[in-house]
Amino acid sequence: MELNDLYRDVILDHNRNPRNFGVLEPADASVEGFNPLCGDRLTVRLKMADQTIEDIRFEGQGCAISTASASLMTEAVKGKSRDEALALFTRIHDLLTDDDASSDDLGKLAALSGVREFPARVKCASLCWHTLASALQSHEPQALPAVSTE
Amino acid sequence: MKNIALAEESRFDVDSLRREFPILARTVHGKPLAYLDNGASAQRPLAVIEAVDNYERRHHANIHRGVHTLSQEATALYEAARDRLVDFIHARSRHELIFVRGTTEAINLVAQSYARPRLVSGDEILITHLEHHANIVPWQMLCEQTGATLVVAPIDAHGDVSAEAIESLMSERTRIFACAHVSNALGTVLPVKRLVAAAKARGITTLIDGAQAISHMPVDVQDLGCDFYAFSGHKLYGPTGIGVLYGREAVLDRMPPWQGGGDMILTVSFAKTTYNSLPYKFEAGTPNISGAIGLGAAVEFLSGIDLAGAHAHEHALLDYATASLSKIDDLRIIGTAKAKASLVSFVVKGAHPHDLGTILDEQGIAIRTGHHCAMPVMEFFKVPATARASFAFYNTFEEIDRLSAAILRAKSIFD
Repeated sequence: MELNDLYRDVILDHNRNPRNFGVLEPADASVEGFNPLCGDRLTVRLKMADQTIEDIRFEGQGCAISTASASLMTEAVKGKSRDEALALFTRIHDLLTDDDASSDDLGKLAALSGVREFPARVKCASLCWHTLASALQSHEPQALPAVSTE
Repeated sequence: MKNIALAEESRFDVDSLRREFPILARTVHGKPLAYLDNGASAQRPLAVIEAVDNYERRHHANIHRGVHTLSQEATALYEAARDRLVDFIHARSRHELIFVRGTTEAINLVAQSYARPRLVSGDEILITHLEHHANIVPWQMLCEQTGATLVVAPIDAHGDVSAEAIESLMSERTRIFACAHVSNALGTVLPVKRLVAAAKARGITTLIDGAQAISHMPVDVQDLGCDFYAFSGHKLYGPTGIGVLYGREAVLDRMPPWQGGGDMILTVSFAKTTYNSLPYKFEAGTPNISGAIGLGAAVEFLSGIDLAGAHAHEHALLDYATASLSKIDDLRIIGTAKAKASLVSFVVKGAHPHDLGTILDEQGIAIRTGHHCAMPVMEFFKVPATARASFAFYNTFEEIDRLSAAILRAKSIFD
């Protein structure tokens, strides 16, 4: 268990300067995610063009892992189709929980693999992804209940 | 500062006391454990571990039943534990000491058995803004059941309460006043004796949540004058799953049982059941026998050490930690009440509490991070969470130095 593996430079950079941070208006979907264990709270907003994520933004307050994961996520899924984004959600879920999961081709997102050595922190990294998946399954803005990690 | 503190420490023999707590000798991630999460749960001395072990190996049987030797021995040990706890909190008699699972169950018992049959729509329950969820939610449930209203007394920017403000909220409709003796999230010590007296003068029933106080100060329930006092065993160096509800006998006598079942009855027929006497009326079913015995051993252990010295040492730790952490740039202590128990809640700009918790853990330092089951307190201070170092008498000044160093290291990661 190495701290450097958790707080890699990519994670620290995205925590310090989160990308796509802020409000997106108007949005086609807006879902709030909440981790009652630590109080992390974030909102993911999507603008869809057909079945493609045209724009995505997030806001909220969370730890470095939570913030960096959300920032990396928004960069990775912008321009992707709904199905591609959901497939990526599944891969990241595996990456965070399965020691054998490969991080090949994941680019910067591979930095999240360090989190799996810290089981207490997996939910920090996965919260935004669960929130995104929920938003993608929604057509109606504000229609979905908040996502919780518990 | 350090020299004065170390001189203080030398008068109180921390090292030999630490040897009574086997877990303190272990390492975490290759570093000596610095256990600074005593507010969540304290560690057990050998005396407790051995009492439980001895019971499990030699005496276990169900209590209050059966004439065989083991059952009689188990009953004697369980009831002896009750007597030790009666002495420890200065209850009048063993009728006033009910074993429960913990503080949470104790408060729920009072809400449902004492308050629910008595409260009507428009009645008020008064609490404070700094309560743990366990002293909020049972009352909210009661409000839903009875139509009563929950009234919340404010705190100030230091996390302090004003006795005058609380007293001014005690109205003709106030039926229950329930507050923490010590705030788990802020460390604030509340002036409970004064508040209880004020409530009593207005005919208001009082409950004190002693979960965080019981390990840090002498508690004399008769001197406090409260109707109920609740605490958990595991914060008092005892096992989990056992706690105490103290209730004044006159009040307990007027309450119906909370749960029905075995052990709480005298006779049962399908026409009518007669209830057992105090305290058994409130102890339905087979209780946590080994837990009670362990908790009895914990208070026996505490009566054998220099408890006044221990409490003074805890205060010295608090002063030292407050001074040390205050020197760290961008660190803000949350909870700066005039009277505090030995814990420090804080936030560090740029380093989220959850990240601090992980980085400190890597150094072998255990602290609590999160909302501490006190979300209204977090809301008040406009923080999502805090980091909290909470001390016991077995902690050292050196551990606080390590805490400070680890916080500086965390800051360097995020700067």
